[in-house]
Amino acid sequence: MANLEQMVSHISEPGIVIAAYIVAAVLFILCLGGLSGQESAKRAVWYGIAGMAIAVAAAVFTPGVGNLWLIAAMLVIGLILGYIVAVRVQMTEMPQLVAALHSFVGLAAVFIGFNTHFELARLSDFFALMHNPAAAMGNPDLLLQLNQQMEGLTGFAVKLLSKSPAEINILMVETFLGVFIGAVTFTGSVIAFGKLAGKVDGKAKKLPGGHFLNAAAAILSVVLLVVYLQTGAFWALAVMTVLAFFIGYHLIMGIGGADMPVVVSMLNSYSGWAAAAIGFSLGNDLLIVTGALVGSSGAILSYIMCKAMNRSFISVILGGFGGTTGPAMEIEGEQIAIDAEGVAAALNDASSVIIVPGYGMAVAQAQGAVSELTRRLRSRGKEVRFAIHPVAGRLPGHMNVLLAEAKVPYDIVLEMDEINEDFPETDVVIVIGSNDIVNPAAQEDPNSPIAGMPVLEVWKAKQVFVSKRGQGTGYSGIENPLFYKENTRMFYGDAKDSINALLPMIE
Amino acid sequence: MALTPDSARQLGKLGHTCSVVSGAGLKAGISDAAYAEAGVTVYPDAQSLCAEVDVIAKVRPPTSDEVKLFRNGQTLISFIYPAQNSELLEELKARGVTTIAMDMVPRISRAQKMDALSSMANIAGYRAVIEAGNNFGRFFTGQVTAAGKIPPAKVLVVGAGVAGLAAIGTSVSLGAITYAFDVRPEVAEQIESMGAEFVFLEFEQTQDGAATGGYAAPSSPEFREKQLAKFRELAPDIDIVITTALIPGRPAPVLWTTDMVEAMKPGSVIVDLAAERGGNCELTRPDEKIVTDNGVTIVGYTDFPSRMAAQSSMLYANNVRHFIFDLTPGKDGVIVQNMEDDVIRGSTVTHAGDITFPPPPPKVKAIAAAKPKEKPKELTLEEKRAKEAADFRQATRMQVSLLGIGTVLMLLAGYYAPPSFMAHFVVFMLACFVGFQVIWNVSHSLHTPLMAVTNAVSGIIILGAVAQIGSSSWLVAILGAISVLIAAINIGGGFLVTRRMLAMFQKS
Repeated sequence: MANLEQMVSHISEPGIVIAAYIVAAVLFILCLGGLSGQESAKRAVWYGIAGMAIAVAAAVFTPGVGNLWLIAAMLVIGLILGYIVAVRVQMTEMPQLVAALHSFVGLAAVFIGFNTHFELARLSDFFALMHNPAAAMGNPDLLLQLNQQMEGLTGFAVKLLSKSPAEINILMVETFLGVFIGAVTFTGSVIAFGKLAGKVDGKAKKLPGGHFLNAAAAILSVVLLVVYLQTGAFWALAVMTVLAFFIGYHLIMGIGGADMPVVVSMLNSYSGWAAAAIGFSLGNDLLIVTGALVGSSGAILSYIMCKAMNRSFISVILGGFGGTTGPAMEIEGEQIAIDAEGVAAALNDASSVIIVPGYGMAVAQAQGAVSELTRRLRSRGKEVRFAIHPVAGRLPGHMNVLLAEAKVPYDIVLEMDEINEDFPETDVVIVIGSNDIVNPAAQEDPNSPIAGMPVLEVWKAKQVFVSKRGQGTGYSGIENPLFYKENTRMFYGDAKDSINALLPMIE
Repeated sequence: MALTPDSARQLGKLGHTCSVVSGAGLKAGISDAAYAEAGVTVYPDAQSLCAEVDVIAKVRPPTSDEVKLFRNGQTLISFIYPAQNSELLEELKARGVTTIAMDMVPRISRAQKMDALSSMANIAGYRAVIEAGNNFGRFFTGQVTAAGKIPPAKVLVVGAGVAGLAAIGTSVSLGAITYAFDVRPEVAEQIESMGAEFVFLEFEQTQDGAATGGYAAPSSPEFREKQLAKFRELAPDIDIVITTALIPGRPAPVLWTTDMVEAMKPGSVIVDLAAERGGNCELTRPDEKIVTDNGVTIVGYTDFPSRMAAQSSMLYANNVRHFIFDLTPGKDGVIVQNMEDDVIRGSTVTHAGDITFPPPPPKVKAIAAAKPKEKPKELTLEEKRAKEAADFRQATRMQVSLLGIGTVLMLLAGYYAPPSFMAHFVVFMLACFVGFQVIWNVSHSLHTPLMAVTNAVSGIIILGAVAQIGSSSWLVAILGAISVLIAAINIGGGFLVTRRMLAMFQKS
């Protein structure tokens, strides 16, 4: 077995590959850090691309990697497919796309984990030989067979062979964990994609048993881990994968549409952890570093989202809005409708206008019309600003991206904290397709499911126009007292058509 | 006058017939002929009239002689001031008269159309400014003319009830710089809405006027001292003072003392609308206009509404008419004294041989009680420091305990795990920390690009697939190939979408 050590030293990553990994890791960190500003972000993406290119090149040309042609073909096909998807996608479909891409990472993690298992299983004879050389000595046939097999081993397998029994155990745990997280990420992302694309009902749904089902599946997975460690049987890994698929499905099905921004960033985080777990099992530091970066970034994003909604992260993960503690406040009054002429007259008289966009604007593809309205109002010397609630839309920063697409200058697009105090001095507020984020019940009604959530205080403005398709409630299904306030007028109709109807009347 | 030809016609529709004493409307510009034309019977004197009618409407409280004209079962509608005129109440009770005091109409929304005090106060407030202007030898408004600059007059209105607000409105529209003061801080908004400046008093304990039906209540001696000090400070600057401060059922508080009058400039005017109840100014003489030694005119008239008789008659007659409307629910000319009705019960002071004053509190609160405002407690410097120190200690304790727990867990892991694992684990932990530090700086609006780019970066998992793809096992090779494919889609799509998004951000 002396030649094994030779092979290992020959095959383990040479210094140049490690150096390339270090460069790639630094570039990735710079890439994420560069997103702190709009201008530096444009440079930052190139850092990311360069880092990725260096990392892949280094990995491909590591000694011991085979099937180069297959890798090249798959890479080219994959990049072309990615290019097509990215070019075709509408900006309003961004959330779906991100969710779909997360599912790919999850699936890849599952496959890679399986591969590790298969290689381990293939090498079990070698391990037996290594740990008990005496038994094999009396069996020349076996020795011959092993020697023949040894000729066909590639880098990864040789690397596995060099591990001690304790390391093999750790490896099995890592693989198991990687597959678990990957599987949860995969089905979770698929469901999130379905909900965001409208292919799956957006309402929170749970099978009977609720969280107990998830908990039971998780406990069963732990049991299977022990079984897997003892026997190394594939069925344990496979059953666990099915259970993890179920957890991912059930977890995301139980979370309502309004919480989707948190879900997407959470899945983002999971895909990172999956990559890190796989990195451990492969002993690849770059995978570990990058996975940790992505994982922590997603975790922080989820935390920021939850804080913006005044919800605990746990309660979001566990699904849906918490139960109400009492009857919701009765709403008095009625919703008063207004037509385009009325809104246009008020806009013409106003000197300061704040526009509050929400998911409805994205659905109606109204950002172009809104941008044109903004341009016209601004050219008439009126102060126009946008107020963006942190959880507006279905993705963190969703509204900013849409408005940017429609060429709304980003310096008039303000965050909730920056603009909330300005509402009392504002003449006209136009709420376009948002509901819960402007719901005064969050402040006025302690029994409301969204009580305590910070909201945009639009009702303090002199006049509020709400552009809305009909009288229904929003995604969360909560009545909105704003619509019944005296200074609120309802501007019914598709947001895009409504705003377009306004345009010729702005003078 | 409690009756005008117009109100008589309206009352006719309720089934009532109206009568009037000859010549009663002359001062308000209404001749007997005008009344007769509206179907009103004109009687030569009060005696003959009182003998005929069921309801007597008057303006001022009846004198003892007049009370003798009334008979059992008659209803009297008039200003009574029951709190001050207990003797009158006794006499009315003895005659068996049902007495409705127009000054006792409760201040609830439904009764506003009968609130004679408010309609009279409105007139008085307006008239007070006009009287002041009449006695003030200068312009109200400031002017810059070729012949020189005329400064605007400064007017101080004390008490921002109905009269006070009317005075503020009139004074502001004449162009004077108007200040106003009231003990109820919540009326500051109303004062400012009329265009005057609220004289703000630094004082902790303030009263909630809503509890007393919108009227002022007596204030504490400390508050009064503060208030007077403020007035003393203002007195030399003010040209016209209009005082309207009244507390229901009490003599008027003295707010403008002799020394303040002495401090005022010659030619200044004080109009005391509270003169009838002793006056807010120490020197006021009811029903008289006096000029002090230092040339300050003090107007103490008590009959401001009567000085605008036509209009005040119209308003008062309407108030009375609305009351009678409520007293005639059947619209059939039959008076029903419904003592269950808040408004009727509140204003009735004698009924069925009893004195029914003071009335029980109305069922409906006039003004919703103001919510007590929660003031964030002002922390002193030491308290702030102590709080900061405590917060700091708490944060330190939190961090140290977290670090402690983390270290113990690490040591446990290190004890069992092989060194090759720990080497990777170090890298992992450091990367997590770097990630946390870096991501906090990402701006809010870039969260979507961040997500897209991290998504692309997580395509790094391709490295694992690349390492495995060369395996001699066809199954491993196929799974590896699929992994490379989908990870490549992820990388390509993620980076490109991020680029697209970022390219759209632009400055105006």
